[in-house]
Amino acid sequence: MHELSIAYSVVSSATEALAGRKVAKVDSVLLRVGALSGIMEDPLQFCWGLATEGTLLAGSGLVIERVPVTIRCRPCGQDVALDGVQSFRCPRCGTPGLEVLKGRELEIVSLEIEEDGDDAHSGVATGDSEKERPAGG
Amino acid sequence: MELRQGILKKNDLLAADLRARFGAAGLLAVNLVSSPGAGKTALLERTLRELRLTGQRVAALVGDLETDNDARRLAMSGAPVRQIQTHGCCHLEADMIGRHLEGWDLGQLDYLFIENVGNLVCPAGYDLGEALRVAIVSVTEGEDKPLKYPAMFHSADVVAISKIDLAAACEFDRDAALRNIREIRPGVEILETSSKSGAGFAEWFELLARRREAADEAEA
Ligand SMILES: Nc1nc2c(ncn2[C@@H]2O[C@H](COP(=O)(O)OP(=O)(O)OP(=O)(O)O)[C@@H](O)[C@H]2O)c(=O)[nH]1
Ligand SMILES: [Mg+2]
Ligand SMILES: [Zn+2]
Repeated sequence: MHELSIAYSVVSSATEALAGRKVAKVDSVLLRVGALSGIMEDPLQFCWGLATEGTLLAGSGLVIERVPVTIRCRPCGQDVALDGVQSFRCPRCGTPGLEVLKGRELEIVSLEIEEDGDDAHSGVATGDSEKERPAGG
Repeated sequence: MELRQGILKKNDLLAADLRARFGAAGLLAVNLVSSPGAGKTALLERTLRELRLTGQRVAALVGDLETDNDARRLAMSGAPVRQIQTHGCCHLEADMIGRHLEGWDLGQLDYLFIENVGNLVCPAGYDLGEALRVAIVSVTEGEDKPLKYPAMFHSADVVAISKIDLAAACEFDRDAALRNIREIRPGVEILETSSKSGAGFAEWFELLARRREAADEAEA
């Protein structure tokens, strides 16, 4: 189990990315976690408070988007998402999936932040579109 | 704010550097992963010894939480061996490999073996720049190990079923084991080895030579 060290690296990457910005508060961090990443959601959530303590991210929430394994099935001519990771066969035709297209992800997608000096939320994770300013505006 | 950044990006970049160095040096780097006690060190002891007898130039790095017992066992082969003490870290990372290669002339090596920390979860996501990842599962562990640790077994290029000399005593169900491995990692090469009797080692050495040749051709 190394969810704590994963949590620490998320904190350090996010802190680096926020350098130079006037951040009042980080509301949440969105991660994308593939079913083959070897990372489990519960322990990661469990570690989050500890890893963020005393940092810019203290008090933020962790939002995890899970990505199922997707294989390319040649016989079906299709990309198929799998239900779990107990079998890599195509659920339609039973052919073993040799090409895995998705499921290894382990990435920070976005940060939902409140900047100092204004109340506007800045972020793309929540689809909070009315608060997003147009580019260059 | 959008970030789109791999959490293990630093490790991935260092691993890519290592892979380029290994490729340029013409050596095959092999990362051995398994649960504690599945037989990584025993397999390597015999591998180092026998490859050296056939004139191959081999070296090993051994990850261990606290001790240097495995490194001492491997050094008996006469090959250069270095211990990587992880001090509680449950897996090896690319920067640990880089630091422990200092002073070795990679151009003088044919194979570099890396024994990872005994753990079937954490090492899965950490690329060490290896050309070949070998997951070892012993007959004493139960045939469903691959189903329990799919991320690790799915990341393997080769699966070695070890301690095959104990198969009968453990009532090892070979068909179930092969089926489970293939369910998780279709197309993977499977070996059945005993580091006690030497069973399966001819196939193992053949595989290593073949992969090394393929890597050399890809480089050329
Ligand atoms: N019978 C038999 N015993 C083996 C074989 N390989 C390893 N063992 C025994 O299994 C035990 C563990 O073997 P190691 O090689 O130390 O296992 P390991 O995977 O390196 O262990 P850690 O480094 O602690 O994770 C030792 O007592 C070995 O003698 C084998 O092929 N047959
Ligand atoms: Mg060992
Ligand atoms: Zn199909």
